[in-house]
Amino acid sequence: MNFLHTALEQLLGRLRKLGAVTLFFGEILVRCPAGLKRPRLVSAQIYASGVLSLVIIMVSGFFVGMVIGLQAYDSLSRLRQEDILGAGVALTLLKELGPVVTALLFAGRAGTSLASEIGLMGATEQLSAMEIMAVDPLQRVVVPRFLGGAIAVPLLAAVFSAIGILGAYFIGVVVMGVDGGEFWSQMQEYVDPEDIWEGVWKSVVFGIAASLIAVYEGYHAPPTAEGVGMATTRTVVTTSIIVLILDYLITAFLL
Amino acid sequence: MTQGSNSENAIEIRGLVFRRGKRAILDGLDLTVPRGQIAAIMGPSGTGKTTLLRLITGQLQPDAGSIRVLGEEVPALDRHQLYALRRRMGMLFQNGALLTDLNVFENVAFPLRENTELPDELIRHIVLTKLHAVGLRGAALLEPSELSGGMGRRVALARAMVMDPELLLYDEPFSGLDPISRGVVLRLIRMTNDLLGLTSVVVSHDIEEVTSVADVVNVISEGKVIASGTPEVLENSDAEIVRQFMTGAPDGPVPFHYPAPDYREDLLG
Repeated sequence: MNFLHTALEQLLGRLRKLGAVTLFFGEILVRCPAGLKRPRLVSAQIYASGVLSLVIIMVSGFFVGMVIGLQAYDSLSRLRQEDILGAGVALTLLKELGPVVTALLFAGRAGTSLASEIGLMGATEQLSAMEIMAVDPLQRVVVPRFLGGAIAVPLLAAVFSAIGILGAYFIGVVVMGVDGGEFWSQMQEYVDPEDIWEGVWKSVVFGIAASLIAVYEGYHAPPTAEGVGMATTRTVVTTSIIVLILDYLITAFLL
Repeated sequence: MTQGSNSENAIEIRGLVFRRGKRAILDGLDLTVPRGQIAAIMGPSGTGKTTLLRLITGQLQPDAGSIRVLGEEVPALDRHQLYALRRRMGMLFQNGALLTDLNVFENVAFPLRENTELPDELIRHIVLTKLHAVGLRGAALLEPSELSGGMGRRVALARAMVMDPELLLYDEPFSGLDPISRGVVLRLIRMTNDLLGLTSVVVSHDIEEVTSVADVVNVISEGKVIASGTPEVLENSDAEIVRQFMTGAPDGPVPFHYPAPDYREDLLG
């Protein structure tokens, strides 16, 4: 009975948090139109979350593309179907790996810094000071960071997929000797606009989820060193799980 | 000017009750701060002094009682009205609470940039004037991390008064400062109060500093104001708890020991 009780209590706690995050999301959405009227604040955050994540996204994208190229070449060559390598790699990257891996990398690189930055601002009373100065910290601090992240993730996912395809091209065509013309023409043949849109929708949803989780955890972090540390950890863990769950749901819905 | 802002008292608190869980931090507190005065709020740590400031600024909601600040009933204000009231007050935080991603100049300019449409040239003028008043015009381009504790406190003071507030709140303005910085902050509190004609509330337990600057001292204990008067009156008070506090005696009405079971029983089981 005790076990059941604890399990139920945990479930209730999770649901309560889900409700709190949803309410917080609502508060952010209400402030987004005003947030967009100060594009300089948002663009600074796109720079911090997006541009500064470019290196890790590009390096990861290239290596992921090479690995997929290698694996796909190995499988396809057993069936003597190496020609469709380009199409296979592009579909995998655009529909799945681009958005998912980008969101996971974003959580590790930018989400953590968003959460710890906002958390520390809370711990050092900077958010409180803003309130006293009649400045809404949600509007001034949280909304630009949320928007910056939500805008950056789809762009990063596009870069990831593009670089990944180049990585696969390098392995498949340059190293393994697949015909370059076939690589691109088969890709053109089999990749439909809907496939690209599926990836775009996913990256938009993941971007919103990853940014929301980061700013939520940071804003609600207990004002202690331990609290901020925990918030940072929770950002990565929660984002990873939520992104994978959302990925399944969106895929099931769209297919 | 907002209605009621001409009343004689900057702050009027009646029957204020604030609870955390079941424990009443403030329990029927009454406090009046007349306009133009420097009022000190003193008391042992953990008596809810900072909580009281947060109630005055509307960051916390009381469980009961009335809080009138500059003629407005704070707990009844909506977010919009509350922000309008806050534009008329400034607050100096215990650790300065400077925004770490902005330099000194931008920190002081922050309330102006966020709350007004003033042109850059005018903002520059105002900010440099305020920085000059605290003696840090030359530090305008430094980052907050490059400032000493005392300098940070002075920048925060310049920021707190940049909107020309009617009411300035100080949360432990002297804690952690060296004697020279304490003297500087002390002088600045007196000077800003008298020159700008505003009302100041200083929350502190640094007896020496507070008694030298305050017009009225209010001593809080167990959620109530237990003594109120000029520093001289309090220094000569007969009340045991006031005497304990003013002389810094370790034991007295405020016990040295946190409530605990009997010592002998605790040790011998």
